[in-house]
Amino acid sequence: MAGKTLYDKLWDDHLVKQRDDGSALIYIDRQLLHEVTSPQAFEGLRLAGRKPWRLDANLATPDHNVPTTDRERGVEGIVDPVSRIQVETLDKNCDEFGILEFKIKDQRQGIVHVIGPEQGATLPGMSIVCGDSHTSTHGAFGCLAHGIGTSEVEHVLATQCLVQQKMKNMLVKVNGKLGPGVTGKDVVLAIIGKIGTAGGTGYAIEFGGEAIRDLSMEARMTICNMSIEAGARVGMVAVDQTTIDYVKDRPFAPKGDMRDKAIEYWKTLHSDEDAVFDKVVELDGSAIQPQVSWGTSPEMVSAVGGNVPDPEAEADPIKREGIVRALKYMGLQPNMSIGDIKLDRVFIGSCTNSRIEDLREVAKVVKGRKVSPSLKQAMVVPGSGLVKAQAEQEGLDKIFIEAGLEWRDPGCSMCLAMNADKLGQGEHCASTSNRNFEGRQGFGGRTHLVSPAMAAAAAIHGHFVDVREMMN
Amino acid sequence: MRAFTQHKGVVAPMDRSNVDTDMIIPKQFLKSIKRSGFGPNLFDELRYLDEGKPDQDCSQRPINPDFVLNQDRYKASSILLARRNFGCGSSREHAPWALEDFGFRVIIAPSFADIFYNNCFKNGLLPIVLDEEKVDQLFAEVKAEEGYQLSVDLEAKTVTTPSGQVFNFEVDDFRRHCLLKGLDDIGVTLEDAELIQSYEESRRKTAPWLFSRGA
Repeated sequence: MAGKTLYDKLWDDHLVKQRDDGSALIYIDRQLLHEVTSPQAFEGLRLAGRKPWRLDANLATPDHNVPTTDRERGVEGIVDPVSRIQVETLDKNCDEFGILEFKIKDQRQGIVHVIGPEQGATLPGMSIVCGDSHTSTHGAFGCLAHGIGTSEVEHVLATQCLVQQKMKNMLVKVNGKLGPGVTGKDVVLAIIGKIGTAGGTGYAIEFGGEAIRDLSMEARMTICNMSIEAGARVGMVAVDQTTIDYVKDRPFAPKGDMRDKAIEYWKTLHSDEDAVFDKVVELDGSAIQPQVSWGTSPEMVSAVGGNVPDPEAEADPIKREGIVRALKYMGLQPNMSIGDIKLDRVFIGSCTNSRIEDLREVAKVVKGRKVSPSLKQAMVVPGSGLVKAQAEQEGLDKIFIEAGLEWRDPGCSMCLAMNADKLGQGEHCASTSNRNFEGRQGFGGRTHLVSPAMAAAAAIHGHFVDVREMMN
Repeated sequence: MRAFTQHKGVVAPMDRSNVDTDMIIPKQFLKSIKRSGFGPNLFDELRYLDEGKPDQDCSQRPINPDFVLNQDRYKASSILLARRNFGCGSSREHAPWALEDFGFRVIIAPSFADIFYNNCFKNGLLPIVLDEEKVDQLFAEVKAEEGYQLSVDLEAKTVTTPSGQVFNFEVDDFRRHCLLKGLDDIGVTLEDAELIQSYEESRRKTAPWLFSRGA
């Protein structure tokens, strides 16, 4: 019999019941909650007279709607009354049901997918859900983690379980070593460019290979975070010493004997040598270049030295139509150089790229340089209050401010523009976020997805440049 | 949840691939703490020419006459015909809520994004996967004939065209069962409460750190 994949092991360890109809009950170890996708779930519990099954499995924080300025005023500082009601509703629900919440003025507040790992609330081998598609981030720890809808948030609150069908196994193997200046973000954009935004639909993806093994936890989180942009709800990386070292001493992580016991188990969280995957995709890591998205889908990417595509060269009529539509929305011409795209704003942040390592990368590029006067705005939004404090302790904030970058308070911010941070109509933005959909960062806004280092380089020049040329 | 057994209705063609959930319901409407009332803002950025705001009276807004749902022949549609990877992106259940609130009961496409597909079943909305070739044929027929209707039978797992052509589709048994009966699946899961408790007890022994929160 063939060995098990990491996904098979995680599935088996969380299986409560296999039903005859092919569906299964899967136990959930951790649920993360935020203000946007939880209010209707709590209301559903109330209407049905149900109580949460296990309070200590839940952790909540407001992130999507919070402002990134004026935070000392707390909830009162949220100018938009509709946003404020949503944050207040989360506070009320967590207080009423007894769920631990890092509220807006708590230093531990931040983007759910940043604070889970930061607190050790994300531990290897856990099953983790959240009403947010970027929950795949936590797969970087060898977790079975994925986004769910609000009905399922309610289901997990009430039963600590989810009804699931087992997915297929895919291995994405990135061989060799990444070149200097090439980051986790470039790797995942290159993967999406190769397999497409539906390439992973129906699969749980495990990212492996030498290039992945060499990456830090932050970079692995960036890659797993964007699995959903390749269509896969679940993205994972096997546990190794890098994982175990990262988790050690986090507030929610086990201590003493319990930690030793946990580590023993965590070390088993990798695919067996003889495991069989339904699909294997291989990439040469050394050939990956810094990436820039030019269109309105994350698969519409190019190497920084490349050109915007010509729809005439696309044989598939549906894809051709997609390119035509994207170029029109983005205001770009076929065959123009990526470097000639003029930028209006730069956004560095989001659950994809707002961790300390990301901010250090930005600081390295902008140190001693100035943001281009042609830009209207360039902002850095840390992923959590603790990331912010760490960055300030390292003096990164001073480097940013000196260079002309705005240094903000933590939240989702301009990744989806539910707070006051948004693009104006027709504006181009170099963004370290995860989605370049039409209107994502503001009505009529035009998003270009890049790594933090590439965003920093673009901020200095006002257009895209190859960050590797600035590294000497 | 509203049960779904059979449905016959007018078909609207949404002729673009990778329709994402930001497009189905833009973020500013996600600030609502309710589960209903999203219909007027379904496809907001495609449907209207101005930028939509929460709690606005949409009847006064300038509409985009080119958008499919603004055309008289599709205004009463309840079946949406779509292209590849429909519902990709965010997990927001507001997307199926908006489609359902507008009046859709069925969406037919060659493929759906996983989370969106799953969310539909929780809301009495039936997503149907048909081969690209058949979807192409349906697009051609819908565009050629005003008032074009399809009949969908979930029990029989069939889609029937006006000319009587029958397409079979697949849907897994549990989802089909819940939708046919309009079941509350939390209630179904709680029938296994004892099993869940015994799983927890055994995990507390083998993996106690999962229950300790750092203690």
